[in-house]
Amino acid sequence: MTIANIIIDPVTRIEGHLRIQAYADPDGHGGGTISKPALSSSTMVRGIERILQGRDPRDAWSFTQRICGVCTVVHGLTSVRAVENAINVKVPKNADYIRNMMIGGQFVHDHVMHFYHLHALDWVDIVSALSADPTATATLAKKNNPNYKPNNGLLPDAAYFQAQINKLKTGLVNRGQLGLFANGYWGHVAYKLTPEQNLLLTSHYLEALGWAREIVKLHTVFGGKDPHPSLVVGGMPCTLSANTGAVSEDNGGTSLNTAGLAAVKAALDRMKSFVDQVYLPDVLLVARGYKNWADFGATAGNFLSYGEFPDPALVRTEMVDGAIDYPAGYLFPQGVIWANDLKRLMPFDQAKVTENVAHAWYGGSTAALHPSVSTTTLQYTGPQPDQPDYMLDEADRYSWIKSPRYDGKPMEVGPLAHILTMYARNTLATDRLVRKYVDTYWCGTAANGGLALPFAKLNSTLGRIFSRMLETKIIADQMAGRAAISNWSIPAYAGWYPLFYANRSGKYFNPKAFTVLASPSTLPDKVGFGFTEAPRGALGHWIKINRTTGMIDHYQCVVASQWNAGPRDGAGAPGPYEQSLVGHKLAALDKPLEVLRTIHSFDPCIGCAVHVLDPEGQPLVTVDVSHLGRLV
Amino acid sequence: MQRSDLSREDATEVTPSPELDATIVRRLGDMGVSRRQFMASLTRMASLLALPPSMLPQLAMAATSPTKPSVVYMSFQECTGCLESMVNSFAFKGGGTIENLLLNVVSIDYQETLMAAAGAQAEHQLASSTAKSGYVLVVDGSIPASANSGYFVSGGRSGAERFRSAAANAGLIVAVGTCASFGGLPKADPNPTGAVSIKDMMASLGIAKPLINVSGCPPIPEVITGTILLYLASGMPALDTLLRPKTFYGRTVHSHCYREESFEDGPRVKAFDDAASRKGGCLFDMGCKGPVTKAACSSIKWNQGLSFPIQSGHPCMGCTEPNFWDRVNKGGKKGFYVPLAGSYDD
Repeated sequence: MTIANIIIDPVTRIEGHLRIQAYADPDGHGGGTISKPALSSSTMVRGIERILQGRDPRDAWSFTQRICGVCTVVHGLTSVRAVENAINVKVPKNADYIRNMMIGGQFVHDHVMHFYHLHALDWVDIVSALSADPTATATLAKKNNPNYKPNNGLLPDAAYFQAQINKLKTGLVNRGQLGLFANGYWGHVAYKLTPEQNLLLTSHYLEALGWAREIVKLHTVFGGKDPHPSLVVGGMPCTLSANTGAVSEDNGGTSLNTAGLAAVKAALDRMKSFVDQVYLPDVLLVARGYKNWADFGATAGNFLSYGEFPDPALVRTEMVDGAIDYPAGYLFPQGVIWANDLKRLMPFDQAKVTENVAHAWYGGSTAALHPSVSTTTLQYTGPQPDQPDYMLDEADRYSWIKSPRYDGKPMEVGPLAHILTMYARNTLATDRLVRKYVDTYWCGTAANGGLALPFAKLNSTLGRIFSRMLETKIIADQMAGRAAISNWSIPAYAGWYPLFYANRSGKYFNPKAFTVLASPSTLPDKVGFGFTEAPRGALGHWIKINRTTGMIDHYQCVVASQWNAGPRDGAGAPGPYEQSLVGHKLAALDKPLEVLRTIHSFDPCIGCAVHVLDPEGQPLVTVDVSHLGRLV
Repeated sequence: MQRSDLSREDATEVTPSPELDATIVRRLGDMGVSRRQFMASLTRMASLLALPPSMLPQLAMAATSPTKPSVVYMSFQECTGCLESMVNSFAFKGGGTIENLLLNVVSIDYQETLMAAAGAQAEHQLASSTAKSGYVLVVDGSIPASANSGYFVSGGRSGAERFRSAAANAGLIVAVGTCASFGGLPKADPNPTGAVSIKDMMASLGIAKPLINVSGCPPIPEVITGTILLYLASGMPALDTLLRPKTFYGRTVHSHCYREESFEDGPRVKAFDDAASRKGGCLFDMGCKGPVTKAACSSIKWNQGLSFPIQSGHPCMGCTEPNFWDRVNKGGKKGFYVPLAGSYDD
């Protein structure tokens, strides 16, 4: 057992409950260097898959949606897709347009909020911002964000930034109540930005809260509320309004009326402009100040993506029952990259996915098993809480997260995997666009606004932050539409919203879904599989429906943060979080800011990562891989 | 008057613009908010809260108080959806927005998803914030009944112990979301982790403190911040038998639903995307739980009054009610698409 000298518990500014233990060789001056893999532990469990047993498959999405209120759309939708796969029902075109926009909207919302509200305080010193020169900050704003005009439609001037300082001072400092900003690592030597840069980014932190509140309206129109918007097996529950005016008792109608659709359009335009004007230049601003963070945080270089955003342009034909079928064609590819080798995007084979519980608090076999046959029961064997010296041991079981592996290897999933698989595929216009953006912003010269970093260093803490921003830009443009970029030979793209709008009077729901489920004896004998690429990466749900009762026999999720945050496997190989911390140099072991920077760069979502299998462990018969068979 | 127009109906009963004293006006200036702006939005907020006009200066005082009331927000078996919802709050500009809450209205001294401090520094922040008495303890998530189960451990301490010590000096406990209010999803059958509500956890620990339940999965943003502001402005609000503020939980979704008329006279929706659904027909036959669900969804609506589940075509799931995950409906069946047993005719 390694006696950790760095313990972060709770890890804050994440979703869920996470503990990190690490050991650093002391440097004799209070700091040190992490010389071996750390320990990542999730410390909360709810047992949602167990709760799903015996329930109506149509309800499953609402249960799995509550796995995470941050990833609210994707867990619901993955379940819906799993059931649709299990019953062989396809959905109408409009449903996929809307689902694309709902997932896309979640990406943009999550990634921007992650950068400003969860991650920024690792790079931005709020206390330093208070001593900024407002005039110099206005000059910086004009240079960094020349098109962003939050000051009543004008560029922010010195008075604007003075008011921001006053707001922070009167709101927090003068009252001696720092609230959420209390007790940060302010003044830590690892903070490198100027006071003016800190003030600009703090200002955007506050403004992004107001922005986020507006853009979730996309989910509200299509799903009735946010978080946890409504979905349905077989399509979307929302439908075009027969009444274009105000919805009321007298007029009737639905949220998809003139006003609701205008709100969606406005939300998409707001997403695009904020990403272009604020998020993208701000990530580059932070990156320029912390270029050395391209030297830290690498994982083993194995990346996995299930594929996401079926491309409506590639729809074959709308089928007779009002549903459609997609050939291969996902904005984010489906595929695997081994050992940073981008020359080959290997096909994904879901049969190679396994999980094991050698270091997780579950009973049963510790062998690596496919998700459709793995069996587990809650079995806490960790130290008793509420005692002094609570410490986890990497040689023992130490987490509620299991260890997913692909072909026996730990894989990194998420934004970096998305960007690298697009880069490797290089067939769609968006793939070529990714190459251009990486060449320009990551590898390009400082004179041209680039970071002048080697391509290979994308596999790093900084590369993860950059990739998250880049995929946000790709998605925001894909939703609202993108003009041609002639000097890069990139054609224009109409955008999911305009394509949906042109088709808005079409179908939204395939009624076959509910009628098939009402006759369970006619269901195919198979395990349904649904996948999404969530903002944090590869997400899959498996479902087996009982052909007598029509209820759920078995439900299983393997989720993004599980891949990244999982513990060591049976062979002792550490998970990506654990591996990524090796080599980190800390200035002060009691203020492990550097560790947080890399852990936060993965955007941990721990509520997602913990779940329970079917305790009966019924072996499952066949896994339908029809979605997975169609590789690019 | 249209039933769906409740908030405006209430607003007409509020006389705006009682005088604010100079101190409040000056503090508003410091916050970058004009008196007029503030009063207009405050009036809207008061209408949501059903407050008498005489209460406005008190609400203004609460929102601009020189010493901000301390809020300690703790999360247990939860999904962070309640916090995500609260972040969307827009009760009134300069008032119930999350930006203003963070900076001016309350001092959120502990909230793991947003706070700068981590690890030991976060634990220190929790200890110092809960050493003083009188703070508002906001809790989301259920808690495993057994401290030794290992189903919830944070900072080496069990959920029960973490809650016990945080509750010791609290002046008020607010259970946000259905998991904290009633046990919610973790407690759904067969309750694999032995999850209990905050009320039940308080009973087993012998904690006798004022408790408000703000149920919903998640609750409406303005209902979360509105409940806190309501308490700060006028003390303990009137509660229903399930300890929820009557202001927000006094009526069923059905009774104020704009589709209620088609419940009576048709057309009712028989399948998603049928002709009746495009007209805004009643979703009762699709499993709507609106008639048995007390919530403000059909009056305040979601995300600045834009829509709510029924308006977007999906039946109400009844998420503000205890054990809604396990409700038994027509034919003895559970399920969100199974119609309620009984007729619910007025």
